Amino acid sequence: MKLKDLTSPFYVWQRAFEKPYTQSKPTLNREGAHAYRGFHINDIEKCVGCGTCEEICMNNAIDMVEIAAKDSKKGDSGLVPRFDYGRCCWCALCVDICTTGSLRMSNEYTWAADDPDSFRFTPGVDETSWQDSEHGYRRHPEYDLLKLVRPEMEMLSPDEGLKSFDEVVAGYTHEQAVVEADRCIECEICVATCPANMDIPGYIRAVREENFEEGLRLLYDTNPFSATCGRICTHRCEDDCTISTFGKPLAIRWLKRYIVDQVPAERFAEILNDEITENGHHVSIVGAGPGGMSAAYYLRKKGYGVTVYEAGASGGGMLRYGVPSYRLPDDQLDKDIDYIVSLGVEVKYNTKIGHDIEFQQLMDKSDAIFIATGMDQPSSMRIKGEDHPRVLSGLTVLNDVASHKDPGVGKNVAVIGGGNVAMDAARVCRRLGADVTVLYRRRIVDMPADKDEIKEALEENCNFVLQAIPVLIEDAESSDQVTIQWGEAEMIAEDGKRPRPVLQEDRMHTDTYDSIISAIGQSGDFSFLPQEISDQLKQHWGKFEVDQRQRTAVGKIFIGGDIANDVADAISAIADGKNAAIGIDAFVSS
Amino acid sequence: MFDLKRYSEAELESGKFTKLWHGPQHPGITGNMSLELTLSGDDVVECKTHVGYLHRGFEKLMERRTYIQNFPVVCRIAVPEPTFNEYMYAAAVEELAGIEVPERAEWLRCLNLEMMRLASFLMWLGGACGSFGMSTVYQWTVTHRDYMLDLFEEMTGARIYHMYISPGGVRAPLPDGFSERALSVMNGIEKLLYEIERVALNNHIFKMRSQDLGIIDPEMVDPYGIVGPNARACGFKRDVRKDAPYLVYDQLDFEVITADKSDAYTRTLVRYQEMHQCISLIRQMLEQMPTKGSFHADLPNVLHWKIPAGQTYVKSECTRGEYGYFLVSDGSEYLRRVTIRGPSYTHAIAVMEKLVVGVNIADVAGLMVSLHTYPPEIER
Ligand SMILES: Cc1cc2nc3c(=O)[nH]c(=O)nc-3n(C[C@H](O)[C@H](O)[C@H](O)COP(=O)(O)OP(=O)(O)OC[C@H]3O[C@@H](n4cnc5c(N)ncnc54)[C@H](O)[C@@H]3O)c2cc1C
Ligand code: SF4
Ligand code: SF4
Repeated sequence: MKLKDLTSPFYVWQRAFEKPYTQSKPTLNREGAHAYRGFHINDIEKCVGCGTCEEICMNNAIDMVEIAAKDSKKGDSGLVPRFDYGRCCWCALCVDICTTGSLRMSNEYTWAADDPDSFRFTPGVDETSWQDSEHGYRRHPEYDLLKLVRPEMEMLSPDEGLKSFDEVVAGYTHEQAVVEADRCIECEICVATCPANMDIPGYIRAVREENFEEGLRLLYDTNPFSATCGRICTHRCEDDCTISTFGKPLAIRWLKRYIVDQVPAERFAEILNDEITENGHHVSIVGAGPGGMSAAYYLRKKGYGVTVYEAGASGGGMLRYGVPSYRLPDDQLDKDIDYIVSLGVEVKYNTKIGHDIEFQQLMDKSDAIFIATGMDQPSSMRIKGEDHPRVLSGLTVLNDVASHKDPGVGKNVAVIGGGNVAMDAARVCRRLGADVTVLYRRRIVDMPADKDEIKEALEENCNFVLQAIPVLIEDAESSDQVTIQWGEAEMIAEDGKRPRPVLQEDRMHTDTYDSIISAIGQSGDFSFLPQEISDQLKQHWGKFEVDQRQRTAVGKIFIGGDIANDVADAISAIADGKNAAIGIDAFVSS
Repeated sequence: MFDLKRYSEAELESGKFTKLWHGPQHPGITGNMSLELTLSGDDVVECKTHVGYLHRGFEKLMERRTYIQNFPVVCRIAVPEPTFNEYMYAAAVEELAGIEVPERAEWLRCLNLEMMRLASFLMWLGGACGSFGMSTVYQWTVTHRDYMLDLFEEMTGARIYHMYISPGGVRAPLPDGFSERALSVMNGIEKLLYEIERVALNNHIFKMRSQDLGIIDPEMVDPYGIVGPNARACGFKRDVRKDAPYLVYDQLDFEVITADKSDAYTRTLVRYQEMHQCISLIRQMLEQMPTKGSFHADLPNVLHWKIPAGQTYVKSECTRGEYGYFLVSDGSEYLRRVTIRGPSYTHAIAVMEKLVVGVNIADVAGLMVSLHTYPPEIER
């Protein structure tokens, strides 16, 4: 034993002269570290109620609840997370995964209350002392659990594309599809946005699990035009995909296409296995577009005898005679239509109601009628000279091309309009070898056309002249040509309203083209309706008024598609068809 | 010294001995387990260990949570050392899923682990002194451990359950100015360690009570599966950090610390030196670690993350020695099986039952602490 061993312990006494380590908590409030994981804060303005936080919480500490301050709306379920601090372990996985970045934490860590229920609270709604705290855990910007990047879709180069009417979009490869499907967080916000309420997370899961038969069943359950929609759907679901807050929305449309592309048409019947038990009732449908054929599909599945009357020589409506084949090849549309017809739907082609058969005959012999005749009457530009023989309608040009006829547009074409029909007409003309100028009254951001369509039209060298208002169409020097006078427009916003193009009369231009294609909108032709029925059916801005089940004021008559809904796209027509089938079934069986 | 004779069951039950339950809530017990002691006078004749007070069913819980949901679970398996569990789980998942972890994450993980080792040893050193009656030292070490917890709070967002090392990397880089603050805490702890050396390790009473207490015979090491400082104290130069280097240990300068006699005193000395080693490693890392670059790998979507069928055993050196995770995946979103093998399983049960025989009742707690065991790690 050394002396040191006996004396050194007394060194402890030295501490008596030092400051104590401990702090007295009630008098000295120690703040949590800057990124401390304390009580939650939620910005309910940003939160879209996707429930991903609830999904990831391993303690079931989160419930999604309705609150008075918020209603469900497009892209927002209206729900917000409520936390149970009897369960929470402050792991912050919920914060890491929050799709909108609305959820974070404060650095507050003490909370005393005598009411145990108060520990179940809804941040952003229930008052807390920390709700404005600047500190606390947030997901680090470089730490991402969400998958934000979409695989690049392979497409024909613009030069390649212009050489033919071949499909431009190649479709995903297997690897791409699985990677893309993996990004889905299954929040289902998109389901509410989809007019047909397709089970989007369900079929995306099927891609992930490579179960294409299940995928096909899920698709056709809500959309008998899935092969078609997988190509040309306006995919508004993608606008509301929660992943799009920080990244690219899921390529929902391309994944739908991927499933259908994996299943050959011959196998549809065996996989979908639609069994039909006749119920003895009969429904007549006017128009074999997506609206009419969708109604036919669901009515047939319910056992109705269905006859579809179609003025044209084949089915699909505007999808066949409007949408060009480089976006939607005929065989894909046929895949859908053939399957519907195979269920025993009778389609009478080249039969125009009001011309070949009177509408009243249908009224007399059917239990119910569904009308989806679409809008095939080009709208007028309301300018002088628009009846010039070198002025063609976009619909006519597209119809000719779809029917393999040469529309004779010439080498130098002006397209008037900024919607999808204008883009299609412009790109079709480029494929016919013409130089194309698109004249539009507003700015690019105001164009109603699909963003991809605009982008591709630009890539295909369509020349966009924006804020250009046509004023007059006249004969050109050559009788094969036509002259258009147009003026520049200024966008002027009046008291908070959307800016309006105002013609600047001092800045006028005159150009000459081989043809001018007008594509500024279309309307329906309802002349086939007998006057007394027409009088009873209510219209509003050129659309028939219907209820959620497409019912009209005339008991037997249901109307849908472009002539009833304001959106006027394929999926809305398809959804209308399905709703009509439900409505008709309820009507007939009551 | 008491004759280390083994008594038969009949003799033990004959009534001539005293039965004493040491734990589960005795302060000298390192967690909720108990020793059922049979005493002859003051000396232990026989010991049966009992666990079961802490069973939370982690391994089963983990089979019912997705891969990402498990990382906040595992830290709870050994309360004073959550980080090792976080690392082992992440490393095992990464191996099964074939994920490459970015270099910066490896450094941050390694730093986090050595900080954890130091914090855990501080708590332990206080306990070691406290169980021999020097609770002043306990107050000092717990204070400095709290300074470590402040660092964890800054680095990870929490003091105890850090949930910082997640499969794929770590959740955040170091906050601004962290190195300076960490270095100043290190200086404080280094100073404290010298003080403790002076008042405790050189303390005659401490020496008297701990020397020759609970000697681990080198012959016992392999049959009993003794690892870590308990084995190193009797000359086994075994340390996973050197033997199978992981993270960035092969880029750091350190030697395996050994001694030639594993009694309670020497084990304390070995750990004491390892604490200095931690400080050195932390300083090296703060100096060398990259300050730029990604700290987390790109994972598949964690909400439906499936890992191909497979199995793996990963190990690391925790404060108590080799710590291992055995994971089996079956291709689904859930683990098929998890088994966690911590050193406490053998140290607190088989080794303790053997070493405690013949020990004076007053030294039982000191012996147990000197083996550095964590009951929560036994009961997963
Ligand atoms: C050029 C163009 C591009 C488009 N691109 C897209 C797109 O990319 N994505 C998208 O979602 N939507 C697109 N649309 C819109 C989409 O085509 C329509 O919304 C959809 O086809 C409407 O379906 P529907 O059934 O209401 O009418 P339609 O498809 O118009 O079908 C109506 C059918 O009724 C027939 N019919 C009319 N009158 C009679 C009668 N009296 N008797 C018998 N039959 C009659 C017609 O011949 C026609 O076949 C596009 C439209 C056009 C014109
Ligand atoms: S912090 Fe973790 S435990 Fe708490 S609510 Fe969020 S996910 Fe659930
Ligand atoms: S993840 Fe974010 S956006 Fe979604 S419900 Fe939770 S808090 Fe709201």
